[in-house]
Amino acid sequence: MSEKTITVSVNGAYMTRTIEARTLLSDFLRQDLCLTGTHIGCEHGVCGACTVILDGRSARSCLTLAVQADGSEIETIEGQGSVDKLGRIQEAFREHHGLQCGFCTPGFIMAITDLLRHHPLETDEEIREALSGNICRCTGYENIVNAVRELAKERGPLE
Amino acid sequence: MIHQDHSVELRPKLVGKRVKRTEDPRLLTGVGQYVDDMAPAGMLHIALRRSDQPHARILNIDVGDAFSVPGVVAIYDASDLEGEIKPAIPASRMPGYYATPIWPLARGKVRFVGEPVVAIVAESRYAAEDALEHISIKYEPLPFAIRQVDAAKDDAPLLHEEAGTNTIIRREFKRGDVDAAFEDAAVTVKGRFRMTRKTAAAMENRSYLAEWDSRKQSLTLYTSSNIPGVIRDVLSGCLDLPGTRMRVVAPDVGGSFGGKGSLYGEEILVCALARKLKRPIKYISDRLEDLSATSQAFDELIEAELAVTKDGMLIGLRADVIGDVGAYSIYPWTAALETVQVVSFLPGPYRMEHYRGRIQGVLTPKPPTGPYRGVGRPSSTFAMERLIEMAARKLGMDPVEFRRKNLVRAEEFPYRTASGIIWDKSAFQECLQGACDHVDYPALLRETDKARKEGRWIGIGLASYAELTGIGSRISVAPGMPINTGTETSKIEIDATGAITAAFGISSHGQGLETTLAQVIVDELGCKLEDIEIKHGDSSLVPMSSGTYASRSAVLGGGAATLAARNVKAKVLRAAAYLMEQSVEDLDIHDGIVTSRNSNLTMTIKEIATAVYTQMGRIPRDQREDLTASETYDPYLGTACSSTHLAMVEVDPETYSVKILRYVVAEDCGKIINPMIVDGQVQGAVAQGIGAALLEEIVHDDQGQAVAASFADYLVPVASSVPDIGIVHIEADLPNNIGGFRGMGEGGTIGAPAAIANAVSDALSHLGVSVETLPVTPERIFQMLRSKIRPLDASPQP
Repeated sequence: MSEKTITVSVNGAYMTRTIEARTLLSDFLRQDLCLTGTHIGCEHGVCGACTVILDGRSARSCLTLAVQADGSEIETIEGQGSVDKLGRIQEAFREHHGLQCGFCTPGFIMAITDLLRHHPLETDEEIREALSGNICRCTGYENIVNAVRELAKERGPLE
Repeated sequence: MIHQDHSVELRPKLVGKRVKRTEDPRLLTGVGQYVDDMAPAGMLHIALRRSDQPHARILNIDVGDAFSVPGVVAIYDASDLEGEIKPAIPASRMPGYYATPIWPLARGKVRFVGEPVVAIVAESRYAAEDALEHISIKYEPLPFAIRQVDAAKDDAPLLHEEAGTNTIIRREFKRGDVDAAFEDAAVTVKGRFRMTRKTAAAMENRSYLAEWDSRKQSLTLYTSSNIPGVIRDVLSGCLDLPGTRMRVVAPDVGGSFGGKGSLYGEEILVCALARKLKRPIKYISDRLEDLSATSQAFDELIEAELAVTKDGMLIGLRADVIGDVGAYSIYPWTAALETVQVVSFLPGPYRMEHYRGRIQGVLTPKPPTGPYRGVGRPSSTFAMERLIEMAARKLGMDPVEFRRKNLVRAEEFPYRTASGIIWDKSAFQECLQGACDHVDYPALLRETDKARKEGRWIGIGLASYAELTGIGSRISVAPGMPINTGTETSKIEIDATGAITAAFGISSHGQGLETTLAQVIVDELGCKLEDIEIKHGDSSLVPMSSGTYASRSAVLGGGAATLAARNVKAKVLRAAAYLMEQSVEDLDIHDGIVTSRNSNLTMTIKEIATAVYTQMGRIPRDQREDLTASETYDPYLGTACSSTHLAMVEVDPETYSVKILRYVVAEDCGKIINPMIVDGQVQGAVAQGIGAALLEEIVHDDQGQAVAASFADYLVPVASSVPDIGIVHIEADLPNNIGGFRGMGEGGTIGAPAAIANAVSDALSHLGVSVETLPVTPERIFQMLRSKIRPLDASPQP
């Protein structure tokens, strides 16, 4: 099995590991780096549970090889906030009850991180369309939409 | 929460408040702990070779050079486990039923595509999956009947020869003389309804990790199950270990919706192999395995007919149902859970004298059907509510008026339905009215008429239903099932630091029970929310529990919590009375502080706990009691939860896609513990029902192969498929149980398919078609319209 040594920045910290070349980014984060907040829901890129930010844009970590991320900057849910100090998106999710079982939540929060940076999110229709790359089976989405509407309003129009 | 002075009468209650969830911070920050997040030292992984045949004899299993793959530790088939485990038997006292034994790996035959045959154990999942490719299994294909109508025939090939038949369930409910009622009826309507097979599709796939403790010769199974107590009890038998050496823990669980609410062979497997290899063993289902081997739902063919007087009163209903139960009866619910509930709930919330409902449950080479949010009732409500709308239309009566005439009225409760279910008083009529008021029904009708004149295909549909929730020991959740589903236990302890632990056997997997049960305890005990830790989902916490399912945990868990909290409170007050030299009657607790009516003295719960446990001599020996209580609650009967859904849809005349324009739910769930959580449950369940109505379908082709193999084939709703849901809460008379709670987690999936089917039928009414199969996909609408427009070259509906 061919191996490769990669270095990535994860939530601002540099990590170097030697891994099998075929290792998925999702497995690398979860198993090699013990960052188990990134979840795996389908392994074929549909559900979005494994979403992380790779060099500034959201990516499906289950469809990305870890070696592709060599030299890249990765943001994961662990970089967003902590139990005693939630990040802003996390706070909005809690306030609006945008989660139930919590399994899809890290993927949504990472996708929304990207959307808030790059997407106008001006109408509910735009918000729903933008969120439709992630599946949540519990909430029926309404409360997630409510959270994003508030966050988008807070952010204001994109420059 | 507003902090008021501690007057004995004025107490801000937490029950009824929009309290933010205590479980959220860990889940939001990625430090929740789901089974796959655990990785004990020395852990091995399992990959399963599953059957690619629907029905075949296993002639030979050749592992080839699978052991040459680096990291492979062991390879097992059923023969390697002979004598080490016993099968689980999903027993029932139902006459004529056959309990198919559940083994972890196929023995002799395979009976559905996706059934586990060989287990490979390796140092990593990657290695285990590499090795799978080296295994070759030689099968002798056997004949099979993949459709239930064929499997029910006398000469159909048998899936389980020992049963002597494929029809392992027969049940009939009867009241009055239904055939005579039909002879006298002014109007009759009938249909052939089919709610196709679905799957729960929880976002976390099924996940299991077993650890063997060589020191204590004991097993711990960490499982994504929502019934850890039941799993402990059955595994204790399968593995011959007493409960002290067999512990089952459900940590954070990523949704279930019923799919994780039964025993799975993989749970037996990881335990047996952890004991055999003396190492931790993990098995994590992938999505393909989930879609092809997790228990599935519905799949009944319902032929039903309704008889009505010329004034629009229901007089009789008769139905024949064939349920496709898949290849095995599941543990503990049996194949009767889904099927029998279809005919027991078919008469719905209506007054009706004459009824006959017959069901046969038929084995087919498909994954077993099992619990799914709503169980039976999404199918029965779909059939009945379609008949109601068809009858109203035939009578020329408004469907709302027609329902109003026939829904059981306030003065008629308790009402015994034609199938024998007893509805306690619930807001049947008020929910119908509430939904109509919310949307201004007359205005909505005018809006629809106007849009239709403009050529738009718009329709309105309703669905009224009632469900039985929080069932006690009087009846079994599944017919004839020998295990108790009527009680739950709560153990509350105040420790020496004044911290409060409340332990339950139920198992929250998204419902927010850590918050709602704490709210109930705060109100009863008078402590602070932040001082309570709710423990759940662990078989070692209480002697027995059957888990979280069937809209029962708020009713049974909340009831048990109330009883235990009252008991502990009494002990705290007795200790306080001694310490404060006051009489017990004059004391009360609020916000963690004991106050007296007659003095300015106060003590905190923490001070009392310290006095009781650690300060020797503060309380005389004969008066000192631990601040703990364990109480079990049995609501005996269940309680009705009723609702009306109203949907307005538009069908695109070019693409035949269905868009939901308006959606409202009016429901009576009794006393609401946390409105934020209740609304979230309604919204999520309606979304799931929309999936069942418009998108989701597990398809097996004529060769028995599972066609839906990924989320690209099995479509679940995304944010753009679901509208905002209007919710009307109606709190009518509270049910006669502790707390006045009714279960409400499942309702949305029960009402939504029926309401949407009615709305789509209404939108297409000018074209003369009626929705009788769900999901009503653009393809199905196309086929229905084609058969109407050009009947000569119409092909049968898929």
